[in-house]
Amino acid sequence: MNRAKTKTVNRIGAALEKDGPLLSIYFTAGYPDLEDTLPVLRHLQASGVDMVEIGLPFSDPLADGPTIQQSSTAALKNGMHTALLFEQLKEVRQEIHLPLILMGYFNPVLQYGVEAFCQKCSEVGIDGLILPDLPLEIYQREYGIIMERYGLRMIFLITPQTSEQRIRKIDGASNAFIYMVSSASTTGAREGFGPEQQAYFERIASMNLNNPQIVGFGISNATTFRQATKHAKGAIIGSAFIKHLSEYGPRGIPAFVETIRS
Amino acid sequence: MKSYHADKDGFYGSFGGAFIPEMLYPNVAGLKSRYLEIIESPGFQKEFRNLLRHYVGRPTPLYYAGRLSEKYGCRIYLKREDLCHTGAHKVNNTIGQILLAQKLGKKRIIAETGAGQHGVATATVCALMGLPCIVYMGEVDIARQAPNVARMKLLGAEVRAALSGSRTLKDVTNEAIRDWINNPEDTHYIIGSVVGPHPYPDMVARFQSVISEEIQAQLRELEGRDAPDYVIACVGGGSNAAGAYYHYLDREEVGIIAVEAAGRGIHSGESAATSALGRTGIIHGSKTLLMQTDDGQITEPYSISAGLDYPGIGPMHAHLYTSGRGEFHSITDEEAMEAGRELAALEGIIPAIETSHAFAVLKNRPFRPEDILVFNLSGRGDKDLQTYIDFFDL
Repeated sequence: MNRAKTKTVNRIGAALEKDGPLLSIYFTAGYPDLEDTLPVLRHLQASGVDMVEIGLPFSDPLADGPTIQQSSTAALKNGMHTALLFEQLKEVRQEIHLPLILMGYFNPVLQYGVEAFCQKCSEVGIDGLILPDLPLEIYQREYGIIMERYGLRMIFLITPQTSEQRIRKIDGASNAFIYMVSSASTTGAREGFGPEQQAYFERIASMNLNNPQIVGFGISNATTFRQATKHAKGAIIGSAFIKHLSEYGPRGIPAFVETIRS
Repeated sequence: MKSYHADKDGFYGSFGGAFIPEMLYPNVAGLKSRYLEIIESPGFQKEFRNLLRHYVGRPTPLYYAGRLSEKYGCRIYLKREDLCHTGAHKVNNTIGQILLAQKLGKKRIIAETGAGQHGVATATVCALMGLPCIVYMGEVDIARQAPNVARMKLLGAEVRAALSGSRTLKDVTNEAIRDWINNPEDTHYIIGSVVGPHPYPDMVARFQSVISEEIQAQLRELEGRDAPDYVIACVGGGSNAAGAYYHYLDREEVGIIAVEAAGRGIHSGESAATSALGRTGIIHGSKTLLMQTDDGQITEPYSISAGLDYPGIGPMHAHLYTSGRGEFHSITDEEAMEAGRELAALEGIIPAIETSHAFAVLKNRPFRPEDILVFNLSGRGDKDLQTYIDFFDL
């Protein structure tokens, strides 16, 4: 049913059609330097990643581990804010053709004005949103209609603790992909996935959901990327990328992407 | 009938709800679906009441403060929550939540604390029940509140320094929430105030409602009526206030007065007067009034009392404020300290500095001679002696 609802394939849909595992990268806007948002996007595109999540920094990122907390604090200190991010992204579509997803906490969106925020997203060419602390029920009741009006795809999370019934409900409400949190944890890099995670990956794959799944949280290297994408369509790397970025800057991006794909 | 209580989704008017990431959904949904059934069951109530009576020392007295009444020309009663075991009302809630955690089969307890009162109350009930307890506390507060840190350690709790953000109460709350995300199966998070996602504000208010339940019975005995003209309490997150107001919320003939900390002055940039300075937003999973920048970043509050420096208020209080049901006052550090000293001099009771804020309202507005006022004397001042010493150069 969700497929019918969204005949117009946006950039996310096109990326999901691609063969092979999809690599998506998360980074915090305005980090390491305030003006790094666009250079990071350029290097990511040149390195051949498939999708990007741009993080809107927040003072109280309660679902994030130390690395993303630290990049958020630094970005805010650099002077990043919502209106400035839209300003930086004003002409992004003249050069960046990757699917772009904004990921952030709900409060800054609420303060900007949900409709104004969606309108801006649509103007600059954002394809989708991930707002982890906006629950499905409240989204459907109050905001779904606004986001759809501006052609934005809403992406919801599931975790190993999410019940099958709720996963089906989230699947029914999704129109891009399902963000599959790898384990019961906040964001952060890890070395490998144990049998428990692999069983969970297999369990979700066997549910034959309408929306493809992309795994996030804990993916840091070629091994975890391979494990995560054995069953899922793709994987998202955040903390490990940010660590690399803070050490090597935007110029180090091609080397990072190469190690993941190797 | 108009109600100032939470609706079934945890909304007080437009405030409240559960704005939580999916990782917390199973825990919060589990709590939401079971808390009423558990806490209303006769077995639970029996255990809860028994511990409140024999362990906490309830009912706490409702004391007619003669000299204070004479000075301000009205009839003033003090609800003596400062006489509870551990020195404040906080333990009413931790007793309730530890029993609930046991019914839910949880084996590990976490909590956040600012000044350490809620941490001590949580460590106490964990010792009582033999459950492991981890208390998150800001680095600065650990240094500032050494006696409370020592208390928690003596009680067997592990005190973990929160290293994230600005390392204050809002950040340790984030840290405790992160712990819960990482330990979704075996852990119960005992929130210390009427904040956080539904069902916490309603659940904590219900556990604290024993305060106004007792006030009703005690006033009937002392004054021949069960309701005062005004019930007055300080509000940080607002749990002592929620308990004192609870049975009077929908009785509009009872005036509700909430007192917030203005710090060095509402517009000084160093304040915790959330109702005056806040806008609607989301903090710790709840939609409420909170102090934030235009961009929606949550700001750091300030108050001389560590228990009031929270950048939000519970959704019940946000609704009382915006609906006009509650009368809100902001009291500076100095006004609060003077009010604390006055209570000590006139009644022989040294209040916690949080509580002192409530008493400063007597200088802020007139009352009629026949008015009956009940102040919730939420905590005792032992923990604040050093602050009193420094402030008055004692």
